Amino acid sequence: MSQWIYIGLFFIVGLIIPVGAITFAWILGPKKANPIKQTTYECGIETVGDSWIQFKAQYYIFALVFLVFDVETVFLFPWAVKLGSLGLFAVIEGIVFILILIVGLVYTWRKGMLEWV
Amino acid sequence: MGFWNDPLKVAADWLMGIFTGWGMPDVAAQILIGFLGIFILISLLMLLDIFLVWVERKVVSRFQDRIGPNRVGPFGLIQPFADIIKLIIKEDTTPGGADKVVYNIAPMLSMMSVLILWAVVPLAPRIIGVDLNIGALYIIAAGAIGTLSIIMAGWSSNNKFALIGAFRQVAVMVAFEIPMLATLLIPTIFAGSMGLNAIIEKQSTWFVFLAPLGALIFLIAAIAELGRAPFDMAEGESELVAGYNTEYSGMKFGMFYAGELLHAFTFGGFWSILFFGGYRFFGLEQVSAFLAIAVIIFKAFIGYWIIMWVKYTLMRIRIDHMLGFNWKFLTPLAFTLLMVTALMNALLAGTPTLVYVLGMFLSNIVLGWIALEIARSYSRKEREKVEGMKKVATTSQSTL
Repeated sequence: MSQWIYIGLFFIVGLIIPVGAITFAWILGPKKANPIKQTTYECGIETVGDSWIQFKAQYYIFALVFLVFDVETVFLFPWAVKLGSLGLFAVIEGIVFILILIVGLVYTWRKGMLEWV
Repeated sequence: MGFWNDPLKVAADWLMGIFTGWGMPDVAAQILIGFLGIFILISLLMLLDIFLVWVERKVVSRFQDRIGPNRVGPFGLIQPFADIIKLIIKEDTTPGGADKVVYNIAPMLSMMSVLILWAVVPLAPRIIGVDLNIGALYIIAAGAIGTLSIIMAGWSSNNKFALIGAFRQVAVMVAFEIPMLATLLIPTIFAGSMGLNAIIEKQSTWFVFLAPLGALIFLIAAIAELGRAPFDMAEGESELVAGYNTEYSGMKFGMFYAGELLHAFTFGGFWSILFFGGYRFFGLEQVSAFLAIAVIIFKAFIGYWIIMWVKYTLMRIRIDHMLGFNWKFLTPLAFTLLMVTALMNALLAGTPTLVYVLGMFLSNIVLGWIALEIARSYSRKEREKVEGMKKVATTSQSTL
């Protein structure tokens, strides 16, 4: 448990330093804002419309495929840690588990979900 | 157990004596010492980061046949300090349409996600922030905060370039995390632990000899995670200005920039820890803790140099090629390698070290060769398809 206190301290110190640097720069820097300076940068052209729009669904599909793999790999970590003492049967079990994952990947592949259209 | 062997414990004991002498409770003194140690480590990291700016600029200019910074100080060493002064006195503009809170938090998170990675980096046998027994998972978890900061920066800027850059970067980071996770499992299998210190201690033979293919896949995935060339879709200068940090200026931009450099250096360090023995170098780490730190910094710099070398040699890859490469080649290959490694590990258990290492090495080489052959035959098929289409075009022109 005490280990996680130090991790928490790392988070705090890791935040203090960038916050300090940015605040320091904010104090020292000039503050002369005007509407033209604050327009959205677009190579000198005036922006048309909002940029908070609907985006390509492909990103969402990739994220879904990622989610499946990510969760399943977390289950593989304990298996990998104890592999040395578990013997051949556990290895075969793990391989079956990975093969199921790969069947999922092949399915998404065959469905054309991995193509960037 | 002298000062040269375990400086951290000596210093901690000394401080503990002072603080408890002031009448501080033990727990508070321990937390204060931890806080001081972390503060010193992170301050040193920031100093290293400033030095990395110089290294990066000097190396890129050498690759491009230029001299690089050489005016401010000897060899331009003071140049990054001049850069920082410039960044500090710059105006901190926020675009009018931006989501201000998210826009301001993003650069801080970007830097923090890199700094907290150093919590689990073993610098010497007994100099380690926290020897977590799930160190390998912690790397991935902390890296996810970096992904979050990028999507926050791109979305909140209310700029089309930034938004497209962030989407691409997140798609790439998310995709390449899979082969990285799969290759992180390989040192875990060999060491029987996820703790980075335990992984280093098991490396009497460097894991790169046991899993050369794994080391290569990890490096490729790490470069993609870092968003560096040839996978720098997020900042394709020729199309997206600066990608997700287009709207940032002053110190906030500096945080993204410094964070990226330190991230690359950190992953050079992780590469050396997982596959090249970390602080171990022919028993040198037993002599003094300071030598061990020098060894790991040196190895991390070599890893960083390789990442820079790749960055300045290869050109950018198109996003559909990049994601196709990951999902259709790297991910199946990484998982096949994982299965082969697990199987070989079980079959070769109990054999002499030499047989074990040779068996692992050869299985990696064979697997890599098969994968390359499959990729080659696929690319030949694709090329024939394209060339066939060209032929049709020319014949139709000649008939006209």
